[in-house]
This record gives sequence, structure tokens and C-alpha cells, in this order.
Amino acid sequence: MTNQITSTAPQGTSPADPGDRITTLLAHADDNMVLAQRLGELISNTAELEIDIALGNKALDHLGVARALYTHAGSTEGEGRTEDDLAMFRTERDYTNLLLVEQPNGDFAHTMVLQLFFDAYQMELWKDLSGSPDLTLGGIAAKALKEATYHLRFSSGWVIRLGDGTEESHHRVQDGVDALWRYTSEMFEGAAEKYRSAWTTSIEAAFVDANLEIPSDPYQRTGGRGGFHTEHLGFLLAEMQWMQRSYPGLQW
Amino acid sequence: MDAAELPGAAMVIAATISIVSLRKVAASVVDPEIPVLTIDDLGILRSVELDQGRVIVTITPTYSGCPAIGQIEDDIVTAFEKVGVEDVEVETVRFPAWSTDWISEDGHRKLSEFGTAPPVPEPDVLCPRCDASAPKLIARFGSTACKALMVCSSCGEPFDYFKQF
Repeated sequence: MTNQITSTAPQGTSPADPGDRITTLLAHADDNMVLAQRLGELISNTAELEIDIALGNKALDHLGVARALYTHAGSTEGEGRTEDDLAMFRTERDYTNLLLVEQPNGDFAHTMVLQLFFDAYQMELWKDLSGSPDLTLGGIAAKALKEATYHLRFSSGWVIRLGDGTEESHHRVQDGVDALWRYTSEMFEGAAEKYRSAWTTSIEAAFVDANLEIPSDPYQRTGGRGGFHTEHLGFLLAEMQWMQRSYPGLQW
Repeated sequence: MDAAELPGAAMVIAATISIVSLRKVAASVVDPEIPVLTIDDLGILRSVELDQGRVIVTITPTYSGCPAIGQIEDDIVTAFEKVGVEDVEVETVRFPAWSTDWISEDGHRKLSEFGTAPPVPEPDVLCPRCDASAPKLIARFGSTACKALMVCSSCGEPFDYFKQF
């Protein structure tokens, strides 16, 4: 694995140290917040109404998880920071989401590959965290696990349909895999290594049905958990945070 | 004179109303997206407690991103205001996570009458209009996050199915 920047953010079941627990909660909150924003870009822009609604609902699930985790991180921290403060007033360098979720949507095949990689990861993550001794985190994870099950059924279904579809759809979905594979190792840094084998099994099974191949290039990019991002995150946050930064405290 | 205009009215009234009737007030609030169901039918109303004149209502959201939860909080506060109770706090608790098993039997019946298939396992879903079995799934994500879209293979009507969760 080629890794220039080592991540500092821990993952997995919450460690006892409150600082580490907040770091972990924020990393997972950021993943969900950023992906919700990305998927939100697609609303009213997909080719079919059903897909539009499905992705809008998925965005809403991720947003809900992000809100719950931000609120919980804020109360664990105990300095009065709200979910809005944490989502809207932290900079690109403060965000510790995975590089995968900040990548642009690309075409539909590309979007589905990204969801598949992330959904399969979240299945393992939430399974693990639903047994957390932190009961609020456990409750959030138990709920999110049920949602991730639906998400994974949707994304794997589409990746298989496209991969096993026409020459054009196969080619596009393989392009998506080739472009995004380099962002997958980051999901398993540190304590999250334990999720890797179940994730790999789940992806390999989908790839067999979809006639897709894992890229032979071993290059992997990381850095997101340490706050070092690809150029895409800054643009995403600029759009997402603009209103709150221009009119702090603005409400609907 | 409107009770709400009296100074300290909330505390006086709250002290004289029993917990049972306070619970009834909270339980009368309907889900804005499924208006035939109250939050009690849905099982998201966890508890109603009285703490030194303040009413504390605890709810659990159905789905992580349920957009109705903010509206429900406002509606609970409004429902209490209508009976002159102003000191109300709505708390959201996420543990244990809500499940469709918490929907009451009454809730199942009301959903079915409303035209939405209640949350039973997917293979057991019946068309809420003609009771035919084996409907076809059109979209796993329907009109709201908690519903999928199905079509009856007998009468041909499309309908919402409240996903079992």
C-alpha cells in the first residue's frame, strides 16, 4: 500500500478516552454528512424518477445518521457545540471523512460502485458498533445497520445489473471500479482492519455476478482520516457551508 | 380568560392534570406523513413524564433521517399549548432503536385502511385494496424513506408498503 500520509483518526468500537471517542464519532459523522451532500446533488438530476427518489432517500438516511452522530459528539464533548456547529463551521482540514465519499458522482455506474464500496463497509461497521458499550452510539448503529442493508441491496443490485448488462454498461461500471478502487483501503485503517475480510468477501461475490475485475494496480490513496483530502472536498463544503457562514445561525 | 395567559398557568395546570391525560395529549399527535397514525400507534412516543411542572415527552425517530421528526416535535408542543400547558420539552432518544414491531395492531389496521400495506415480511405482503398476495416490488425506496412502492399482481393498483425494519 502506497501511503504518504498516515491517518491519526481511530475507528471502530469507541475507546474509553473521551477525546478518541469524539474523534471516532466525528469521522463517522463526516462520512455520512459528505456522502449525503454528494447524493443530494443528484436529486432531480437522475434519468428515472425511481432512482431519483431512491438516492434522495439514501441521502436522507446518511444525513440522519450524521445529525445523530454530530449531536452525540457535541454532547460527549460538553462544550455546547451543536450538530450545526460541527457540520457547518469545521473546515476541510477538520473534516476526517474517507476520501471515497467526497469523490464526484460521475455517471450512474460510477455512483453505484461508490455506494457499493461504502455500503458494504457500513454493513460491517454498524454490525460492530451496534454492540457498543456507548448505548446512544449503539442505538444509532442498530438503526443505521437496517438502513445499510437496504442501501447495499440497492447498490449491489445495480452494480450486478450493469456489470452483467450490455457492453456499454459493463465498460462503464468497470471504469468506475478502476477509478474508485484506490480509495478502498482507507476504510480499513487502524482498528477498522477487522472489517476488511467480510467487506472483501461481499465485494468479490458481487463482482463474480457482475463479471467485474478488481484492478491489478495496487496503488491506494489515504489521508482523509487525518484531514488531508482530495481537491473535491473543499468545493463540496464551500457549497454546503456557504449559507451558514454568510448568515451564522440562520434557520428555515 | 385563556388559561395560557395566566402567569404560572402551565405549572398549575400541569400539576392538576394526571400523567394519564398528559399522555393522551401527546398521543393525539399524528404523523405528518401518515396522518391516519398517531405517534402512539407508531410506537415512537416512548414516555410522558412530569418533572416539577415541566412536561417531558420522549420520542424515538423511526428512520435516522426522518424529516417528520422536527414537525412532530413542534406538533407535540402545540398540542400541549392548546390545553394550556406551555412548559414542554421534547427529548429524542435513540436507544433502543425504533423498530416496526413497535407499531400497534391498531396501527396495522389503520395503515391497511389508508391503502398502505403494513410492515409484515416482504413475502407476506397483501394488496391493501383486494388482499391478493405476491405483489411486485417496483421500487425499494418509495414516497418516503420508510416505504417501498409495490404493484398488485391481481388488481394492478400500485401501493405503498411500510418496510419491515
